[in-house]
Amino acid sequence: MPGITPSQTVGPFFHVALPAYAGPELVAPDVPGAVRIEGVLRDGAGEPVPDGMVEVWQAHPSGRYDHPEDPRTDLPLTPGFTGFGRCGTDAQGRFAFVTLKPGCVPGPGGSMQAPHIEVAVFGRGLLKQLFTRLYFPDEAKANAADPVLALVPAEQRHTLVAAAGEGVLRFDITLQGPDQTAFFDV
Amino acid sequence: MTGTGDGRTAPAGDVIGYRRDEGAHPPYLYPDYVGTRRRAPDRPLVVVPHTLSEITGPLYGHSSIGELDHDLTRQHAGEPLGQRIIVHGRVLDGDGRPVPDALIEVWQANAAGRYAHEVDDHPAPLDPNFSGAGRCLTGSDGRFEFITIKPGAYPWKNHPNAWRPAHIHLSIFGRAFVTRLVTQMYFPGDPLFDQDPIFNSVRDPRARARLVSTFDPERTVPEWALAYRFDIVLRGRDATPMEA
Ligand SMILES: [Fe+3]
Repeated sequence: MPGITPSQTVGPFFHVALPAYAGPELVAPDVPGAVRIEGVLRDGAGEPVPDGMVEVWQAHPSGRYDHPEDPRTDLPLTPGFTGFGRCGTDAQGRFAFVTLKPGCVPGPGGSMQAPHIEVAVFGRGLLKQLFTRLYFPDEAKANAADPVLALVPAEQRHTLVAAAGEGVLRFDITLQGPDQTAFFDV
Repeated sequence: MTGTGDGRTAPAGDVIGYRRDEGAHPPYLYPDYVGTRRRAPDRPLVVVPHTLSEITGPLYGHSSIGELDHDLTRQHAGEPLGQRIIVHGRVLDGDGRPVPDALIEVWQANAAGRYAHEVDDHPAPLDPNFSGAGRCLTGSDGRFEFITIKPGAYPWKNHPNAWRPAHIHLSIFGRAFVTRLVTQMYFPGDPLFDQDPIFNSVRDPRARARLVSTFDPERTVPEWALAYRFDIVLRGRDATPMEA
């Protein structure tokens, strides 16, 4: 068995190659149902991280992933939507995505997961990406039954639920400290 | 892992996951690399099972790649300055099987050690004929190839007289969100390895050695280019579905 290739930091100069190829708009902002997600990436001192990159991956509104390992081929895919996006943070640490709300996805043991978006955070000073998830504030019941959210210590669970704002969802990510976002060992 | 036709009740959630980090990756906190001190999480990571959300990920087709996207020496009117090199290898999974159609994106400094990036203020010349970014997809046998120039070392402010060894950044999409890998490829025998905390953050010397490409005389092209080989190994698959 060959050993896996170690991760290394994305460094501060990834902009020359990465965000240009798959951007932060998974759908055009004028598409019906488009959801805008905004957040700030902060470090352990509470300072904005100006050289980070956030990637998202999610199911289609039907709950199906555009991927051959999702066997639920009877669920429709939304044309032109892949479910993947990425955004470099700006000088104020801000990132933003425009997407469609995903449907529910099955979880282990016959469970059902609440609608969620997979999130990965890269940056200078991050030797490997950090994984987390975004959940939706209008899904209290589904969130309470979500098998992954249930594994997060209760006092950290709120860090994974976006906050409803004026026409946007707010999802700040804090890398370290008392307000640290819950990150996953996946 | 069969669907029932109802997304809300399907047992499709019992999936075969990917093996956990085998100790190859660097820790999040590696104080010699000063940038990790304020950015490494200080609460334990939450161990979560793999679900459909983790074992899927974006897939790319060959239509998304331009014919010259893999050739960083032909993106401008003139040729970039520097030693022309071929960088090639295979993308494999943790069981040694080729990963086809994996998107690889690369970026790097020019021959003088300067990035074509507004934040790079290293007083070395920019090269109007070198942007330093490329991409390609692996073939059905997992193989990929880039044509570029050897990047220069560059200074950074991590510690007094700190220099990054020459390196090419690579971003690889496998088949799943959790097999996504961002790494750096180094060149054999670089005298700057010992003082570089990013390279040395990989604590296992065998794993660290896998970040170093090998000089490949077979693939050099006479009177045109030297060649380096770099194989990339992504996480392997579990044998059975995860326990709920
Ligand atoms: Fe670099």
